[in-house]
Amino acid sequence: MSTTAVPDVAVAPVDEGFWTRTRKVGLVLVGLGLLATVLFGALATGEQARFTLSEDAAGAALEVNGTVGAIVFGLIALAAGAAMLAGLPKRLFIPVLAVGLVAFVLSFLCWQVSAAPTGQNFMPLVNIVRGTFLLALPLIFGSLAGVLCERSGVVNVAIEGQLLMGAFSGALFGSISGSVWVGLLAAAVGGSFISLLLAVFSIRYLVDQVVMGIVLNLLAVGITGFLYERLMQTDAARYNSAPRFSNWEIPLLSDIPVLGPALFRGNIFLYLALLLVLVIHIALFRTRWGLRTRSVGEHPTAADTLGVRVLGLRYRNVIMAGAVAGIGGASYTLALFSFTKNMIGGKGFIALAALIFGRWSPTGALLAALFFGFADQLATYLGAINSVIPGQFLAMLPYLATILAVAGLVGRVRAPAADGKPYIKG
Amino acid sequence: MEPGEIHALLGENGAGKSTLMNVLYGLYQPDEGEILVDGKPLKLRGPSDAIAAGIGMVHQHFMLVPVFTVAENIMLGAEQVRGGIAGFLDRRRARREVAEVSERYNLRVDPDAVIEDLPVGVQQRVEIVKALTRDVDLLILDEPTAVLTPQETEELLTVMRSLKAAGKSIVFITHKLGEVKAIADRITVIRRGKTVGTASPEASRDELAALMVGRTVRLTVDKTPATPGGPVLELSGLVVDDDRQVRAVDGVDLTVRAGEVLGVAGVQGNGQTELIEAIMGLRPVLAGTVTLDGQRIDGWSTKKVLRAGVGYVPEDRSVDGLVKEFTVAENLVLDMYDRPPFGRGLSLRPDEIGRSARERIEQFDVRTSSADAPVGTLSGGNQQKVIVARELSRPLKLFIAAQPTRGVDVGSIEFIHSRVVHERDIGTAVLVVSSELDEVIGLADRIAVMYRGRIIGVVGPDTPREEIGLLMAGITPDATGGSPADGAGPTATTDPDVVATTDADVVSDTGTPATTDRDVPATTDGVVSAEGPGSEDEKDR
Repeated sequence: MSTTAVPDVAVAPVDEGFWTRTRKVGLVLVGLGLLATVLFGALATGEQARFTLSEDAAGAALEVNGTVGAIVFGLIALAAGAAMLAGLPKRLFIPVLAVGLVAFVLSFLCWQVSAAPTGQNFMPLVNIVRGTFLLALPLIFGSLAGVLCERSGVVNVAIEGQLLMGAFSGALFGSISGSVWVGLLAAAVGGSFISLLLAVFSIRYLVDQVVMGIVLNLLAVGITGFLYERLMQTDAARYNSAPRFSNWEIPLLSDIPVLGPALFRGNIFLYLALLLVLVIHIALFRTRWGLRTRSVGEHPTAADTLGVRVLGLRYRNVIMAGAVAGIGGASYTLALFSFTKNMIGGKGFIALAALIFGRWSPTGALLAALFFGFADQLATYLGAINSVIPGQFLAMLPYLATILAVAGLVGRVRAPAADGKPYIKG
Repeated sequence: MEPGEIHALLGENGAGKSTLMNVLYGLYQPDEGEILVDGKPLKLRGPSDAIAAGIGMVHQHFMLVPVFTVAENIMLGAEQVRGGIAGFLDRRRARREVAEVSERYNLRVDPDAVIEDLPVGVQQRVEIVKALTRDVDLLILDEPTAVLTPQETEELLTVMRSLKAAGKSIVFITHKLGEVKAIADRITVIRRGKTVGTASPEASRDELAALMVGRTVRLTVDKTPATPGGPVLELSGLVVDDDRQVRAVDGVDLTVRAGEVLGVAGVQGNGQTELIEAIMGLRPVLAGTVTLDGQRIDGWSTKKVLRAGVGYVPEDRSVDGLVKEFTVAENLVLDMYDRPPFGRGLSLRPDEIGRSARERIEQFDVRTSSADAPVGTLSGGNQQKVIVARELSRPLKLFIAAQPTRGVDVGSIEFIHSRVVHERDIGTAVLVVSSELDEVIGLADRIAVMYRGRIIGVVGPDTPREEIGLLMAGITPDATGGSPADGAGPTATTDPDVVATTDADVVSDTGTPATTDRDVPATTDGVVSAEGPGSEDEKDR
């Protein structure tokens, strides 16, 4: 817990020699750029690759010759990598890396779209963006739940269970009451119930937080599975047919090309997710609550000596996290589907990955969730155009990226110092 | 405490200074007794009560969040906020406040610097500013100089003087005599949780050292004079780092001869642990050599060192000495399980292990319900006897015992001491490390005092304990310091420069500011059960 050791251990400049992180990443990017230029360029056809600004082939589109596009974007990726190899200032690292990776993806798309069966040489951007957000939605809620918990020093592996419990109670109470709002409230309470258990056992009884999280996930699967079979299925009309939130169109914003139809004709969960990211981000870094939360997650003893109530704050945050995840679960049952057994299907764990990939920050988690959602959506799209790349391969990529991120390739990933450590006074 | 007074609290490690101050700061609850502020009893339920009562504390381990900025650390817990219930932080106001306090007391800090990028001395300044922004009248500094370079220490003393001039009272906890004499108005010495005396800064170092080290009941050990033979263990120029890659042992030369007990005395955290671990092959030797019976053993695995005839009682029996969940019998063969008669091929021989265990339980007077009881169910003294029994059952050339009687009852202490002396008498070289000076004096035929990673002196067991105490505080006797002196050593002189010089040496040699905490809070209670410090918290000011 001593802070005194930190400066001379952590700050001591590690002599990396020529192969700094920037150069290593640059080398990888050069490899990707070459791959894109040569391979994608060769495989792409002379067909026009059309990125339509609508939901189908009609309407305005960004067009590029497949071969030209694949090669040009490949070269951009190559140039970004070369710039890194040449020694790039640290502050340009992230932007240049982003440019390089996006160019690589575009090169890939130029190849895929141009090589698609005749008549399908288009990519409807509205669908892609909307699908990305839709698939990312539970991840956003889930990783925000992770942020709230882990920033105060409690590891939240139970996101999956919180999402599931939220989905279940949203469906059940929404159905019984016939009100979406009652369902939404019930979802929040259901999620908090799981996180309350997490809080009590990890804060009060000092049970290992990861183990507790896993147990709670299993518990949530068990409880909801049991009640689903014994209650919901006996009378689905009564217990499992929750009303759904309708889509709300936001005036003006919904007229923006691509983004408008994709984002601003959505349901309450989409708006709520974006709003929560903003609110939690500001709260975490600009308010008293945020300062205290972060201090408790980093150095609880220091916070305690200054009169911050460490345990109380942790309880509060963990329970809030459950409520957020519960609402995320309801984004399924109160907007899309009726409840089915184990319907979250591992999204909670992907949210955990998004949390880490996003470096425990709300906006980072949002970006990571969107990245995962995009990969998911792209896999679906490639399946639809009969791509030679199996969709499963693409679906795997985000996790590979997470591993690389955790390994420290994309900037230092540092968890809150006291994350997972119970606080024992004195 | 008077207003505008610097009151030094002097005592060895584990004497209860820090505990007392933590009670005063509301972190611990007193078991008995009360705290009086301005004549009124004060009940502290937590640090916020203490802060409200005008008590601030700078902890030995800084209470700063490493990834926060200076301003964030300072406002934490007492945030200025805007925007009602939302509670937006008013960073501008926090910065202004920091600037004001820095200005007033001449404590330069950059409010926007991130703590982990700051040197230790500046971090400490931040801690002081943090306390001052909370309007404290009484500031407790817990071992503030332990982590500072001499220059930073000098700066700190200047700051303390200016705080005093501003009417603040300061409690200054330390075990360094030089600083106390330089700054304190009044000195209270604490030993084993009790106030053993007060002194004025005019008191000589000898007096203070005597008070600090104390004259507790000496545990006599019956032994005949040693008849040392040839050297068994020779250390030469040994250099070892601690876990934080900070130099812990800094060029130690030491010889232990057959048939003698060499005691290593010193305040805990001066490199003794690392020294022993390096000999045992538990910690890499960075420079220098370890020779056992003429054979280089540095770089050997621990197993090989043990098999070469070294017995080892580690200082923390529950972590390093025993597998608590294993039975007594199993623990007794941890060193020899793979050798006949206990092991055969791939299997153990439980009969043989049990027989030998019962034999040794008898022989070493281990009080246990049976050889099959988990060793964790035994008392501390009996656990220690299990270790001693195990280690002394092999033919040994060298026996190393670190803190052999820590947390052990008086009966077991006597027994263990007699076994150590017996081992010496049969011609084994014995190395005893203890932070209990009485134990070292009682057992050793020669005493090496360790200070800041070096052997600062080797003296005979008849040396007055006050003199050894001075050595432990880093004060060498004039001129002859460091030479092995049998019998009466030269009288201690008090040369104020010596402390500083030694500090500077350590710093320049290691190339890093001595940021390591050289005095881990020790639990040296044991020989005479220490009074709970809770009963001693009567403190009025």
